[in-house]
Amino acid sequence: MERNPMRRQLASLRKSLFDQGYLDEQFIELEQLQDDANPNFVEEVVTLYYRDSARLILNLDHALERRPSDFSKLDGLMHQFKGSSSSIGAKKVKAESTLFREYCKSGNAEGCMRTFQQLKKEYATLRKKLETYFQLARQIGPMESANRPK
Amino acid sequence: MGMAIDRDDTQFHVLAVDDSLIDRKLIERLLKTSSFQVTAVDSGSKALEFLGLNNNDADDEEEYEQRDSNTESVSSDEDQDLGLGVNLIITDYCMPGMTGYDLLKKIKKSSSFKDIPVVIMSSENIPSRINRCLEDGAEEFFLKPVQLSDVNKLRPHLMKGRSKDIDSSHKTTSTRLITSGN
Repeated sequence: MERNPMRRQLASLRKSLFDQGYLDEQFIELEQLQDDANPNFVEEVVTLYYRDSARLILNLDHALERRPSDFSKLDGLMHQFKGSSSSIGAKKVKAESTLFREYCKSGNAEGCMRTFQQLKKEYATLRKKLETYFQLARQIGPMESANRPK
Repeated sequence: MGMAIDRDDTQFHVLAVDDSLIDRKLIERLLKTSSFQVTAVDSGSKALEFLGLNNNDADDEEEYEQRDSNTESVSSDEDQDLGLGVNLIITDYCMPGMTGYDLLKKIKKSSSFKDIPVVIMSSENIPSRINRCLEDGAEEFFLKPVQLSDVNKLRPHLMKGRSKDIDSSHKTTSTRLITSGN
């Protein structure tokens, strides 16, 4: 059966996402909301997150170019990014967004820019790992239901 | 505005308000998992519009109520459904324009809707904010991200409201459907 190595791979990938701190327990909360009637709920939410994040990153990039820095605007944007990251359990991205907001509060433009670069890296890494994860899950999925006892 | 309201006594209708698309999807799923009927909107003004409250002045509504006091008992099913249909409002605190707190105040000022329980959600744990909301009429304050365990706390507030409905006359929750020009 091909299924078992893939399932093991999926479980291992999932575990590493938690062990390495990319995801926190909120992701598990999302998984618990997934059922037969809503079989792709987690992926749907994560897809919305990618879309939302792309918008926020673009806006933050532009806002960071401005001189003098508009810390209120920057903080507002990052508040949104922090919120959505928190809602899907994106632990590292959330941590960077918190740090960014602290730099906003202290009016530290240099700190904001440094942190934002780091945040974008974390976000890109997370996205790549999640895309791999869902791709694998989808491959296993149909085999799962085909073999489930009725 | 056609809407099918489940007339099953045990199903409650929750109006969810959040400007974040992700959080709206999340709260909707959480509420549906708990067998609530859900309407999700992205702003306080849309929430007021849905309830049939004038956006700018909740007091306006009292004028209409007096005028229509004779016809209350013969309000159509549809009218009844829309106003009586919402059993609880759950709203984000931080929203552009009208905050969740502003929305709470407007709901509590409204004679038709002041008895609808309002729950506030926020990503920020600010005790003064939480206290202010609770003091000004919010039933609960949830820290985001909201989880199933939070949503499970809602039913008692809804059951309380339901028995009140049955006891008192329907007068308290009559709707003034302001649909002019919309």
